[in-house]
Amino acid sequence: MGTKKVDEVTGVETTGHVWDGIAELNNPLPRWWVWTFWVCIIWAVGYWIVYPAWPLINSYTPGIFGYSERAVIVKDMAKLKAARAESAKKLLGASLEDIKNDPKLLNFARAMAKPAFGDNCAACHGTGASGSKGYPNLNDDDWLWGGTLDDIYTTIKVGARDKSEDTRTNDMPAFGKDDILDKKQITDVAGFVLSLSGGKIDGADIAAGKVLFEENCSSCHGEDAKGVTELGAPNLTDKIWLYGGDAATVIETITDARKGRMPTWEGRLSPAMIKALAVYVHTLGGGK
Amino acid sequence: MFKHEVFEKNSILLTLGILIAVAIGGIVEIVPLFYLGSTIEKVEGVRPYTPLELAGRNIYIREGCYLCHSQMIRPLRDEVERYGPYSLAAESKYDHPFQWGSKRTGPDLARVGGKYSDAWHREHMINPRGIVPESVMPGYPFLAKALLSESNIAANDMSAHLRVNAMVGVPYTADMIKMAETDMKAQAGDPDSDEAEALKGRYGEKVNVRNFDGSPELTELDALIAYLQVLGTMVDFGLYKDKAPVEWQR
Repeated sequence: MGTKKVDEVTGVETTGHVWDGIAELNNPLPRWWVWTFWVCIIWAVGYWIVYPAWPLINSYTPGIFGYSERAVIVKDMAKLKAARAESAKKLLGASLEDIKNDPKLLNFARAMAKPAFGDNCAACHGTGASGSKGYPNLNDDDWLWGGTLDDIYTTIKVGARDKSEDTRTNDMPAFGKDDILDKKQITDVAGFVLSLSGGKIDGADIAAGKVLFEENCSSCHGEDAKGVTELGAPNLTDKIWLYGGDAATVIETITDARKGRMPTWEGRLSPAMIKALAVYVHTLGGGK
Repeated sequence: MFKHEVFEKNSILLTLGILIAVAIGGIVEIVPLFYLGSTIEKVEGVRPYTPLELAGRNIYIREGCYLCHSQMIRPLRDEVERYGPYSLAAESKYDHPFQWGSKRTGPDLARVGGKYSDAWHREHMINPRGIVPESVMPGYPFLAKALLSESNIAANDMSAHLRVNAMVGVPYTADMIKMAETDMKAQAGDPDSDEAEALKGRYGEKVNVRNFDGSPELTELDALIAYLQVLGTMVDFGLYKDKAPVEWQR
């Protein structure tokens, strides 16, 4: 193995490995490859010096740049806060009405609220705020707890049937489940309620339903059944239904009652964000 | 010139050589992760999963949720803004295996706990598009009907699952293992019952005790929602202001 073997055809030295009479040429590596190799090694040494690299007994070499992901994110967030600070401060200082009337501030509030709506509200109310069964449509002018800027702001802040002490809450009795009304009576009431918006239920005695409504429902939904926003009682005379306006669903609602929930956003979202969201929702189309 | 001929002609020597070369890599790259302070930082509040949550976690794995959902908020501005404080290693220290995932077809779930109501989860599992029309998530309506007592996840003996986790280092006490079945049922039952009190005594006051899926039976959906509702909620980030550079709390 000590002597060099040279391939006769090419004149290149061989490695000395021979398979079936075929010898392996020992060509040098391409120069670009060798250079890349050395540059990578030098690069690695530089990297060790400036970035965190080697583990030691109690810690690791931090590198002279002092880089740390946790430090970077703190800086990034501070930068973001600073960039938003001026407008956010204005937002906090201004009343909801002022925000709505100042085009620049309104623009900022809407831009700030849109992604937050997508992340926090859209899961229930839909990306376009059109709602779905059990989750109100925020584009129309039908509001359970009121559609003024202040009403919307409060609703977002305290949520519904959630942990805030002032949370929006009411307690519709489960007329069927708790045996307050029997099946026939529930059908009659449902028939009366549906008749208010032009619907009907076969076999329902609307006159009897009207009496039952006055006795059991009107204290919250109002004598005219148009709802009372202070109590979160929906208007029953329009064709907008939170859970559905077909006979079976209305009967189900009266039988079991509905207890929708919305999170308390105070504490989870910043005060400025809640304001921005209130304005955003108000401007979706149905704000009063 | 060909000194490696020694290795090439002695397979035992070659094997030893490979072992030594790989061991060096392991010692430098893996071993420090077990002792460096910054990689094993302790965090207040992280506790082992309750039996019901553990069953839910098993269902999460069985249904392959990790294929579309990650559980790892990276320390990047957009992620911290959207999902909350970035994930701490300690938050998944009782996960065997962890569910960090590597693919987000759906959103990250590391802090989904408390974000939506139980009712939302129930409807969303049964028919995702009923609530989120643009969703591509498959529905899991069968979970609401599958009794946990007949499930391949928890049937017969939930304590066996706790025992296995204890074997790999999760600090389940003998008491927790013994009472696993009772605790599992208690968590989805009456919050004022004695069993619920005992469960909280074992796992902490913060444990969610309620009927998660709204139906009287104990179903797989109960377990899955219990699991989802605890994700990311164990650590009180009010205590870790430096780690939570956002106005965010649950």
